Amino acid sequence: MVDIPFDEVAGIPPAEVGEVELYHPHSWWTRYVFSQDAKVIAVQYSITAMSIGMVALVLSWMMRLQLGFPGTFSFIDANQYLQFITMHGMIMVIYLLTALFLGGFGNYLIPLMVGARDMVFPYVNMLSYWVYLLAVLVLVATFFVPGGPTGAGWTLYPPQAILSGTPGQDWGIVLMLASLILFIIGFTMGGLNYVVTVLQARTRGMTLMRMPLTVWGIFTATVMALLAFPALFVASVMLLLDRLLGTSFFMPTLVEMGQLTKYGGGSPILFQHLFWFFGHPEVYIVALPAFGIISDLISVHARKNIFGYRMMVWAIVAIGALSFVVWAHHMYVSGMNPYFGFFFATTTLIIAIPTAIKVYNWVLTLWRGDIHLTVPMLFALAFIITFVNGGLTGLFLGNVVVDVPLSDTMFVVAHFHMVMGIAPIMAVFGGIYHWYPKVTGRMLNEALGRFHFWVTFIGAYAVFFPMHYLGLLGMPRRYHDIGETTFVPASAHDLNAFMSVAALIVGFAQLVFLFNLIWSLFKGKEAGSNPWGAASLEWQTPETPPGHGNWGKDLPIVYRWAYDYSVPGAAGDFVPQNEPPAGLATQGAHP
Amino acid sequence: MAVALVLLLVAVASVLFHIYSPWWWTPIASNWRYIDDTINLTFWITGAVFCAVIAFMAYCVFRFHHKEGRRAAYNPENKKLEWWLSIVTAVGVAAMLAPGLVVWHQFVTVPDDATDVEVVGQQWMWSYRLPGKDGRLGTSDARLISSDNPLGLNPNDRNGQDDIVIQSDDLHLPVGKPVKVLLRSIDVLHDFYVPEFRAKMDMIPGSVTYYWFTPTRTGTFDVLCAELCGVAHAQMRSRVVVQEAKEYHAWLERQRTFAELSGQHDVAKAAYRTGSE
Repeated sequence: MVDIPFDEVAGIPPAEVGEVELYHPHSWWTRYVFSQDAKVIAVQYSITAMSIGMVALVLSWMMRLQLGFPGTFSFIDANQYLQFITMHGMIMVIYLLTALFLGGFGNYLIPLMVGARDMVFPYVNMLSYWVYLLAVLVLVATFFVPGGPTGAGWTLYPPQAILSGTPGQDWGIVLMLASLILFIIGFTMGGLNYVVTVLQARTRGMTLMRMPLTVWGIFTATVMALLAFPALFVASVMLLLDRLLGTSFFMPTLVEMGQLTKYGGGSPILFQHLFWFFGHPEVYIVALPAFGIISDLISVHARKNIFGYRMMVWAIVAIGALSFVVWAHHMYVSGMNPYFGFFFATTTLIIAIPTAIKVYNWVLTLWRGDIHLTVPMLFALAFIITFVNGGLTGLFLGNVVVDVPLSDTMFVVAHFHMVMGIAPIMAVFGGIYHWYPKVTGRMLNEALGRFHFWVTFIGAYAVFFPMHYLGLLGMPRRYHDIGETTFVPASAHDLNAFMSVAALIVGFAQLVFLFNLIWSLFKGKEAGSNPWGAASLEWQTPETPPGHGNWGKDLPIVYRWAYDYSVPGAAGDFVPQNEPPAGLATQGAHP
Repeated sequence: MAVALVLLLVAVASVLFHIYSPWWWTPIASNWRYIDDTINLTFWITGAVFCAVIAFMAYCVFRFHHKEGRRAAYNPENKKLEWWLSIVTAVGVAAMLAPGLVVWHQFVTVPDDATDVEVVGQQWMWSYRLPGKDGRLGTSDARLISSDNPLGLNPNDRNGQDDIVIQSDDLHLPVGKPVKVLLRSIDVLHDFYVPEFRAKMDMIPGSVTYYWFTPTRTGTFDVLCAELCGVAHAQMRSRVVVQEAKEYHAWLERQRTFAELSGQHDVAKAAYRTGSE
């Protein structure tokens, strides 16, 4: 391989604008509750997201109990099963993963990684969290209203989402849509912050092409989310109007329980287009931050620069752009004009190329590295396996004619859990084990971490890999009980039972993780400021955990990219981003 | 190295599971063997990539894991290697996409000699309509639905009078004859799915969707609904019976037409109306 010395610029441009006065908290309330500090907001986002995520985890146990042992549990019927799958999906995709990656990791890491004192609009940032919390509370409320939460499936397809015959038709669907609308309002406030902070508040010397890939991932995902969520917003408002005011945006002339309704003239397919115009970018809104985090974890723990940084950045941007022209691959059998299939299959398979480049560059980063098999590194390796697996099955479903027999079967469920469930969760866990020492000043317990890793990875793989084959068999998704068929053999029920047991074990392993999070907060090993020997800026703060304003008196100045590991000739095996090149006198903050 | 070994085992176990698992697609009963072939081709290509990536990763973990005194190499990028990998990937993708699009073209091109068969979905049952002696289906409209006319057929349409209406019973089809299924729903989304035929398509209230296939072997096959349609979605079942032409026609003779079902009075009225127009 050719060694290209990476950029090392001697001159650093002077600061263009002076520092902005930060809001300083005056009481316990404004410091820890109504805080405007992005780091506190990040922790608030993360705790809220993980709490509601635990609800979704319990829902998945209920689903697996029903699928593995149909008819055994009297507290699960067809109504509830549909409510469980709907709420599980919606919570995991939006209220856990989107909120945790962007609101949690984004808030914590963006200012620290680009060398800013805080987000550029701290007050709006605070509002963003409180609106998100309100959205979560409205969502939780649906469990307690008459009729319970909606059971329309997380895609909320009309007409059935708002008609009788679907659970939660009275209150559940209304609150669900209201909660989504609130979530999008809250997210927009946070998202504008992340984008403007990355574009405007980078410290001197932090060019865009020196940013860690985590920031690139979160930044691109946020731009995408700002463009994609409005489609869901209008779809939610229109569906709400159809439900409450009797408009017919999505409702053609139809019969409800044998009675002709007053609806007429609308298009159910229109909703699907709006939903997936949001829904497909959403996959990458979850995936791109994970890509970024994994790139950084691999580089730090293999003590080696990320391979092909520039290609990695362009791959992220290309994936972000392409993901806006592939949405209808979720609709190959929706009844839309079948000729769309040619276009969307082509765009969908093209997206595999930049995605594959990312995978190659991750494994090539391992090549001739100095691989420390720490817990974050283990999660990164597991991410690659599950992501490659899920990405490759995407080539089945994206190729329009192959999708025809497989769509709406368990193959789809297995695919999207592998690629946007398990893989991103591996990135979340890896990221938490990696950055927890910076957030709290203490290490997470290593032995518990390893136990958590092996059970979660092997267990989740054992749940979702065999599930593909039930789909090949023709077993449809969203069935609480397959019942009598001529084509499903009895052995498939044994497989279902096996998957359920594995899922329960994986679920319980998460309790170990939660225990570790709390226990290590008090009893964990002191971490010091840079336990992994990482080069990026967040590990170079004067205090750990970083104080209000992050950087003490002077902002850091950046002289190099974030990946100077094992540089030939350098003393240690990493060079921090803010270390001046040899021969250049350290500059003051205001030359 | 234990970790490298486990990574490798994951790949090996996946391949063994694929080869030895008893869970595989049902024996095909339609002309869409090309779809199965495309899936097999995709399995080969993606399986090779999966194994290659994991094997490489496991080797790296085995060969380059941290030992005292090891220092990583410094190589930020290698344009040539990155371009070659991109090109090889593009070729692999094209090898799956091209046959896929060719088969899709067949899928959307309905042969001229295909017989129309209407499938109507409603919560939570299937109904069928076959064209009568005139070979044409009459028109329908959701606004005409009543207890006397549950499928909303147009009583004033002459083409519809001899249509054969099958409610709460199996659909029969002759083997070897191409069929264009016209899919209609009168309430919510449904999806007419017969695993052995490999094809499926959503049914949408307010429009008529379609797909075509040729049954290639006789037998009785389960019909399932593949698009969530409410609480009894999983129980929305029916059957398709594929028969030799002779048996099929014997069955067809026993079915009742729309005119017979709606009674002579309605027919007289309809005939009078169409006659006066």
